[in-house]
Amino acid sequence: MITLERITKSFGSNHVLRGVDLTLPKGESMVIIGGSGTGKSILLKCILGLVTPDSGKIIVGGQDVRDTDRDAFLARFGMLFQGGALFDSLRVWENVAFRLLRGAQTRPREEARAIALEKLRRVGLSPRVADLYPAELSGGMQKRVGLARAIAAEPEIIFFDEPTTGLDPIMSGVINALVREIVVEMGATAMTITHDMSSVRAIADRVAMLHGGVIQWTGPVGDMDHSGDPYLDQFIHGRADGPIESVR
Amino acid sequence: MSLTQHPIRLLALLGRSVLASLAAIGRIGIFAGQTVSHLLRPPFYWHEFGQALLSIGYFSLPVVGLTALFTGGALALQIYAGGARFSAEAVVPSIVAIGMTRELGPVLGGLMVAARVASSIAAEIGTMKVTEQIDALVTLSTHPMKYLTLPRVLAATLAVPVLVAVGDSIGIMGGFLVGVNRLGFNEAAYLKNTADFLELWDITSGLIKGAVFGFLVALMGCYYGMQSGRGAQGVGRATKSAVVAASVLILAANYLLTELFFSA
Repeated sequence: MITLERITKSFGSNHVLRGVDLTLPKGESMVIIGGSGTGKSILLKCILGLVTPDSGKIIVGGQDVRDTDRDAFLARFGMLFQGGALFDSLRVWENVAFRLLRGAQTRPREEARAIALEKLRRVGLSPRVADLYPAELSGGMQKRVGLARAIAAEPEIIFFDEPTTGLDPIMSGVINALVREIVVEMGATAMTITHDMSSVRAIADRVAMLHGGVIQWTGPVGDMDHSGDPYLDQFIHGRADGPIESVR
Repeated sequence: MSLTQHPIRLLALLGRSVLASLAAIGRIGIFAGQTVSHLLRPPFYWHEFGQALLSIGYFSLPVVGLTALFTGGALALQIYAGGARFSAEAVVPSIVAIGMTRELGPVLGGLMVAARVASSIAAEIGTMKVTEQIDALVTLSTHPMKYLTLPRVLAATLAVPVLVAVGDSIGIMGGFLVGVNRLGFNEAAYLKNTADFLELWDITSGLIKGAVFGFLVALMGCYYGMQSGRGAQGVGRATKSAVVAASVLILAANYLLTELFFSA
């Protein structure tokens, strides 16, 4: 379970997070929605320790993240970055097996390659892709490789940052289905950031809307359409008129 | 109103610049300390070190070699022309050798490596930062300083002295070719003069300078890459800053080391 208590983060005079409280039960898939620049990515980065919150507490598996061994903590996570964040200088299979080729989870090179090929197959990529470099792949293939890398070490918790941004509707559907399948199959706890409402409906068990630096609304995905929250209604229906200013 | 009409404003501006410079020096000092401290703590990424050694050392050989060859030749011509004013043309071999090994080999080699390597390291790491690859490294339980900075800095510290040694040899050969073919020196006499007047310390002092310059070049590339701002402009600025800082630091360090090694 992941619990966030009164998380705040400011950059100069820009108060991005103003006291975020959120609970994500183990094994559930939560999607965080909200306008651009509302701090969704910052929130994920706070949990991972890539950004240090100004105040508040982050508890993962009953332990305050500040008191945990950093390597052991990160070994529990997998993350799919918005742009894939694949390492240009490494081949596709070396990207996928990155964690298995170095550090505490090191495996023999052949075994790591076999695992990478299996994870690539799991995300619908053939073995011939394994020896290409990321620059030789399309955007959709890069996302799939990023997804394979995120699940390579079978993490307990997976974060997806805008998994379908920049993809065509068909490829978005493929990635959404993959994310959902993998989360269910692995029994992982998942947190996804997206603007894409089709992704929300395909991936989420629960939805949280971040607005004005706080969680504006949270609840099961099935309640989203009749929440009665004017902010959520405006966002999910993509209306220009409403309490959320369209010019920010 | 101009700044000169407001001495306090001018003073404040000057103070801000000094404070900003001192803060930057402090940050670079901390960055250097952190880099060195990672050398003492496992793991060490041998594969990345090997790649950096190849990229910084082997692939810099042509540019360093050509620079040394032309510099050695030009140096021979200049010393001959200058020496002719007081009938000291015979000093060409020894001055070329001493000039190359003590000063021109390490400094020009360092500057060429700065132009080639500091820029490429800063651009590579800056792009990695902008595209979230550095964040990805962290989430994959890999320390960016250990994976990106330490292998490059160590490789440059070890590779640049070797480049300097090769550059020294090629530079002396450039002087020899010009001396023999253009200035009419006897081959055997030129070589004997070079060997007789060159001391071991002339060579080793240049190699030590090379190690220091290599460290500074890679450190600046990594530091400005890690500090890169967003977008193409941010990476471009980081690259430019890395080359400028590395070049200035090489020249400053060269003076300090020369003072340390050779002042009476």
